[in-house]
Amino acid sequence: MLKFLAKGLVRDRSRSFFPILIIAAGVMLTVIFYSWLNGYINMLIEDNARFDTGHVKIVTRAYNELIDQKPYDLAMMNVGHRIETLSRDYPQIQWQPRIYFGGILDVPDENKETLKQGKVAGLGVNLLNSNFERDILNLEQAIKQGKMPSKLGEILISRDIAEKLGIQINDEVTMFGSTMYGSITMQNFIVSGIVVFGVQILDKGAVIIDISDVRKFLDMEDSASEILGFIPKYNEAATYQISAEFNEQNSDPTEEFSEIMIPLKDQGQMAFMINVIDQRMGMFIFIFIFVMSLVLWNSGLMNGIRRYGEIGVRLAIGESKGHIYRSLILESIIIGITATIIGTGIGLIFAFMLQHYGINISSFMKDAEVIMNSTMRAQITPSCYVIGFIPGVFASIIGACFAGIGIYRRNTAQLFKELET
Amino acid sequence: MKENFIEIKHVKKEYPMGTNKFVALKDIDLNFSEGEFTGIVGPSGSGKTTLLNIIGSLDSQSEGEVIVLGYEVADLSSSKSARMRSENIGFIFQTYNLLPVYTVFENVEFPLLLLRINKNERIKLVTEALKWVGLLDKIKSRPSQISGGECQRVAIARAIVKKPKLVLADEPTANLDADNSHNILKTMKKINEETGTTFIFATHDAKVIKYLKRKITLLDGSVAKDELVNGG
Repeated sequence: MLKFLAKGLVRDRSRSFFPILIIAAGVMLTVIFYSWLNGYINMLIEDNARFDTGHVKIVTRAYNELIDQKPYDLAMMNVGHRIETLSRDYPQIQWQPRIYFGGILDVPDENKETLKQGKVAGLGVNLLNSNFERDILNLEQAIKQGKMPSKLGEILISRDIAEKLGIQINDEVTMFGSTMYGSITMQNFIVSGIVVFGVQILDKGAVIIDISDVRKFLDMEDSASEILGFIPKYNEAATYQISAEFNEQNSDPTEEFSEIMIPLKDQGQMAFMINVIDQRMGMFIFIFIFVMSLVLWNSGLMNGIRRYGEIGVRLAIGESKGHIYRSLILESIIIGITATIIGTGIGLIFAFMLQHYGINISSFMKDAEVIMNSTMRAQITPSCYVIGFIPGVFASIIGACFAGIGIYRRNTAQLFKELET
Repeated sequence: MKENFIEIKHVKKEYPMGTNKFVALKDIDLNFSEGEFTGIVGPSGSGKTTLLNIIGSLDSQSEGEVIVLGYEVADLSSSKSARMRSENIGFIFQTYNLLPVYTVFENVEFPLLLLRINKNERIKLVTEALKWVGLLDKIKSRPSQISGGECQRVAIARAIVKKPKLVLADEPTANLDADNSHNILKTMKKINEETGTTFIFATHDAKVIKYLKRKITLLDGSVAKDELVNGG
């Protein structure tokens, strides 16, 4: 019987072509949208991990209370030793100390007097002793002019602040700030490179300095405001498990300078944002199923009217209403699966192109306050291959179920009479 | 020959027409025996098709009793009456009503699929039925590729392929020319005589009447005459 129905579908294009076209188009959009959101979430996670959160982050409990203010006066001490023990206890994780700080960048004139000044967000990372931070921050690609700092006293600055303050490569600039203990501090740096991360909030006003220089500048010997942990491949469950274990052993709620490990998703608004995105995806799929069901219901009704003759004959020959109804649903499953395969294939082609080339959205992100790459890309994951089956097959079946109710609502004699008209 | 193959007792059929009722059949009393080749004749609107549909359990009477092959038609559920039709009754229609997307072979095969008959047996039965109607050379054709007469022969093959006890034919020659009508009727007569299949026609075609053994004349929903003809 299945073969018989399949033959009918293949030969009667009006029975299969339109529904397949509609479902395939919808599935294609679902796959593109889903892979796009995948890419967006992944980009959001990775960009935040690279620049701010790590996959896990260790700070003092006191620091964590005010973490939005990056209060480096509440930083961890003896960080060198701490990283050694962390590397021993969690060898699968790369641990990196960082210091986030704010300051004023002063550009002097030829008389060494202030020519221009601008607020900057400073990032102290390990630039000189290891390549890890260079790689994770993608600095080689981010440097648009100049070169990586090769010795102490060199600084990278972001393009926008360089343009705003008229800074050139090899210019000497002065950083003003306050030490960990609250004293005013200043230090001269030579601009070795100008960077563009493609992340608006960083490109607006960031400076990157080797952490040794920052420690000296802020009087934070062997300290770090945060220790970021990076696992080779982000795994949300693993970050929660590691954090729970760590906090069980190391975190004392009564001791404000005891350490606390925070998984990426619990930092800032990440959990909220990811949940909102997941909800949007769920809503999109629901709306898709609903709208497609309405379209396919209508299509099924039109098709059903066209097929009353066939249904009448089948009743007369001895097929029961239930069997006819089930066969219509079986047809819809065949149509749904076929259309989903086609739609998924086409959707994946577009998703691949979006993954490869991406779309530049920097013009929409001039005032963005979140760390997000200005080139949005899709990401094809194994779930992209199957996500379309949910709306594709469901919409087809629901459409057929609604349309087929007409068979039950008309009595046999009526259907049979329509056969003769 | 089995008596009381079909029993129709005091059957009345009414259709609602606005606030009134249209009476299609009035107090019909008829019996049919196995192997009959009977025509229900009469002008349009006399109730022939309605009576045929009730016998075929496609419709139900408003009053009275209809027993077909031992089943009280009014008592059958939708699925049971479908099963009875599937196992015992073949239908032939004025407009052939072949499934247009399927080939001649597949159209004839369809009733056997419903009976879940295995593939080898289906091939044997379909071939046999098409041989009866002389269409073995058209098995791969679609209905749109054959003539009206050939379509009706396919419809006959589809009706007889499952070897039903009863074939109900509603105006089977109405859309055919004289030659095709005679060919069709000869085929059905031959099947009736050689297999003992009961044929009941609804017709007002004089050509059909020449082949009948029994002629039941309906007028305004009542049996006006019930007679054996042509030596029946």
